[in-house]
Amino acid sequence: MGFMILLLTGFVLTFTAPWIRRRLRKWSLPVFLLYPLAALALLWNISETIQKQSAIAVSLPWVPSLGVNLSLRIDGLGWLFGLLISGIGALVIVYAHGYLHHHPQENRFYGFLFLFMTAMLGVVWSEDIFLLFVFWELTSISSFLLIGLEHPEEKARKAALQALLVTAGGGLALLAGLVGLTLITGSSNLSVMNTLNGKIVQSELYLPVLLLILAGAFTKSAQFPFHFWLPGAMAAPTPVSAYLHSATMVKAGVYLLARLTPALGGTPQWHTLLTLFGLATLLAGAFLALGQTDLKRLLAYTTVASLGTMVFLIGLGDSLAIKSAITLILAHALYKGALFFVAGGIDHSAHTRDLNRLGGLAGTMPFTAFAAVLAGLSMLGLPPALGFISKELVYEAALESASGGNALIALIALSGVTAVGIWVAFLPFWKKPDEQTARGHGEEITLWLPPVLLGLISLGLGLLPGIASKALVQPAVEAVLLKSTPVKLALWHGFTPMLALSGLTLAIGTVLALNRMRFQPAVQTILQTLAPISPERGYERGLTGLKHFAALQTNFLQNGYFRRYLMVTILSGILLVGIVLLQSDSLPWTSFTPPRFYEVILVGVILTGVFSVTRTSSRMVAAALLGMMGFTIALIYLLYSAPDLAMVQFTIETLSVILFVLVIYRLPQFTRTRGGPPAVLDVVVSVAAGVLVTVLVLTLSAVPHDSLVTSFYAENSLKLAQGRNVVNVILVDFRGFDTLGEITVLALAGIGVFALLKLSGKTEAIRTSSQEETK
Amino acid sequence: MNVLLAITAGVLFGGGLFMMLRRSLVRVLIGLLMISNAVNLIIFTAGRLVPARPPLISAGESALQPPYADPVPQALILTAIVISFGVTAFAIVLMQQTYRSLGNADMNEMRSTDTPVEDEEEAAS
Amino acid sequence: MKARSMLLQVAVAYLMPLLLIFSIFLLIRGHNEVGGGFVGGLVAAAAFILHAIAESPKATRAHLPLSPDKLIAVGLSIALLSGVLALFQGNPFMTGIWLKQPLPVIGKVGTPFIFDVGVYLVVIGVCLHILLNLAEDER
Repeated sequence: MGFMILLLTGFVLTFTAPWIRRRLRKWSLPVFLLYPLAALALLWNISETIQKQSAIAVSLPWVPSLGVNLSLRIDGLGWLFGLLISGIGALVIVYAHGYLHHHPQENRFYGFLFLFMTAMLGVVWSEDIFLLFVFWELTSISSFLLIGLEHPEEKARKAALQALLVTAGGGLALLAGLVGLTLITGSSNLSVMNTLNGKIVQSELYLPVLLLILAGAFTKSAQFPFHFWLPGAMAAPTPVSAYLHSATMVKAGVYLLARLTPALGGTPQWHTLLTLFGLATLLAGAFLALGQTDLKRLLAYTTVASLGTMVFLIGLGDSLAIKSAITLILAHALYKGALFFVAGGIDHSAHTRDLNRLGGLAGTMPFTAFAAVLAGLSMLGLPPALGFISKELVYEAALESASGGNALIALIALSGVTAVGIWVAFLPFWKKPDEQTARGHGEEITLWLPPVLLGLISLGLGLLPGIASKALVQPAVEAVLLKSTPVKLALWHGFTPMLALSGLTLAIGTVLALNRMRFQPAVQTILQTLAPISPERGYERGLTGLKHFAALQTNFLQNGYFRRYLMVTILSGILLVGIVLLQSDSLPWTSFTPPRFYEVILVGVILTGVFSVTRTSSRMVAAALLGMMGFTIALIYLLYSAPDLAMVQFTIETLSVILFVLVIYRLPQFTRTRGGPPAVLDVVVSVAAGVLVTVLVLTLSAVPHDSLVTSFYAENSLKLAQGRNVVNVILVDFRGFDTLGEITVLALAGIGVFALLKLSGKTEAIRTSSQEETK
Repeated sequence: MNVLLAITAGVLFGGGLFMMLRRSLVRVLIGLLMISNAVNLIIFTAGRLVPARPPLISAGESALQPPYADPVPQALILTAIVISFGVTAFAIVLMQQTYRSLGNADMNEMRSTDTPVEDEEEAAS
Repeated sequence: MKARSMLLQVAVAYLMPLLLIFSIFLLIRGHNEVGGGFVGGLVAAAAFILHAIAESPKATRAHLPLSPDKLIAVGLSIALLSGVLALFQGNPFMTGIWLKQPLPVIGKVGTPFIFDVGVYLVVIGVCLHILLNLAEDER
């Protein structure tokens, strides 16, 4: 229950945080920290349960009629993610207090941050897939808001929109996939689904559902070819990049894949798609990273590469691969978060993130440099950092997989990542400064403490691999695989092929890193040549095309001429109804009874009226003809057993005539219609619509008439509602609620007339403002 | 008779539509009125025509004795008639005020809702 | 409406009370015979409009116990209240409640009848609101 309250508090904080921040200024820091610390405390509280491989579950009814519940379930995987989200979240809050100080959007930033934190916790704790989906979309929205925090800048707006369109587009696909999954399994409960692998895999919906869910996960986790939004998202302030776009949100896709492994996994399709896209992303990310000089973009592309690795590992799917995926998630969140913090600190101090202009900062920023070394060790995969263990595991999993090429691809890509790691973590601090180099201005504790803490944790977990494996990795692995899987991480495995590969990676990476000036221009040239066919360009073209299409169809369908709107509506109506009518077997001419003499006269009057109205050029004649038709219709009602209708129609026609008489001489003359488009089309459309209506009425009256509603009213009008006039009883009793609505509408029409008459007169002098009434 | 009424409803609808496609504001309004009458007739005819058996429970009975005219479409149409009076009044006054403030009753001249139309091309783009 | 007809004025003087009584008659018997709040209201509105044509909208307003906009408000409130009454009995909104004993002249009284009175008032109010204002709108 505590978890439920925690999430609710998060939403409350979303709206109150800007206010709290304004009120308490500097003292808001401890208040804000309470939230992630409370989350950590709750998680700590259940750690024993998690170690015993069980889970905590809470459920409240939400939409019981659809079987959708507010159910949370925290198992090993959710627990590990929860720790990362709230732990790094706490550090981000500390960091942001230093980094965003005096930022114009500072106050609202915290609102968005809490929204994100809550949504992300919701994603990893949801037991119901639709609840998960809601939280998933909330993370996309908060990501949009946070990337667009610098909204006065066009670049930020564009990047925010791009991220939103890509991830929300994927979200739509995901929703369709989840609905499909529910159709197959008959449940929206994750634990239930995870036991129905056989049923899901054999369903004919399996492939579409898989593709849709992968589209959701891949867009969120920036897999190739959707990777381009992530570097764009670097327009966000650094605390956001560290939190959303490296440590947590982009891992939501990976989380989802891990979570659904028991339900969807184990098939060749799953295996092929995930490993293929994972490796492609790994390669693309590493290669693109090598072409960058901006610290944050370098980190962003290596994040893409790491996400690719995770997807690849989940695609392999055996217990070794899952083990290494979870370890990588943990290690990556720690070192990448720290390196983003470091990059932000450098930016804050030296006012540039350009590799070419950085160097020699170790002197002015010793603590930041220390943090960078700690995190860098992990990123390079050097012992004794956690990153070393994780890299060994990645190689082991790649080597054990059937295809030997996997390990080779991993080697190439990870060498690139290693080179980038050297650039980011060491170059700004230890390169000899030259005349281009920007000067640093020292450092602040809020900016170096968070990365130092993350680096120390990373180091500590590497030194004490027993804790990492037993307490953190094993429960998560078991939650993914749903079986007991002992995990034993160690720094030293002896002389193994993995150790050799690790060494080789480091060697190649170092060579690459030292020769940056020589080969980086070449990489950039290749990237520029490829730019016209890059997925990002495709996205832009798609967006422009969509806008053009929207403009075209708006100009065609909604060109401002009333007749066009009417024509389009009527023609589509004719088309749709016409198709249905044509498909029905025969036209119903069955119940034909010869009409009586006076009936023919009544109908004749109406028909004559219609023809005369369309031809007359006098307003008065038209009004009189309308009245004539109305009275004739009243007679028809009277003839066919509707005395109430007849009376209402009579009185209404009388009042309508008075209405017309009152207004008619203030109305304009009929204007000439010459000069407009030919009336032939109008006649054709009108005749077609008229014929359609006739056929429709005949079809309707040929359908067997057995209305349960009618017979209920006929039976119970007197018994239940004490009235003999069934029409009136329906109006005031059986359907009284509708009538209440109708008289309200009537009252509104009356008030509207009054408003038009009295209020618009005042603005009459100003033509443009009263033009609004022409709508 | 239902064939005759079906044709009447069709003609009324078609005629009303033709009027609504005219450029003159008054004609559009008259067309609207004709269509609302046509729709009432459609509902009425589709609900079956029963001569001389109004849905009133006669004294001594406890329920309607078949055959009787269906009261449901009648209840529908009854409110529709009254509401269409309100809508008509609103439309007429709207039209009158439009004419007063624009000095024009040509639908083709009323294409823009918030800015005066000056350039055809500009308004189209 | 400036030229007044003497004949019309005299006729209206007799017709209007008759029409009003007829409209109330329609309202009351509406539950069992042809009639009801809608027709009744329309007939009453027609009576007042006739008066306005014969005399003047201003004179008609003076005859009205409540101004049209207030009629609308009162009518809507009566209709709504008739539905709310059922809530006090713990029944869903708009459940009919009937007096055991029929009243003289009016007959059986229940919340649906009260609702119909609300409809009657709203219809009169709306029609008069529209037509009187239009008639007074001399521009």
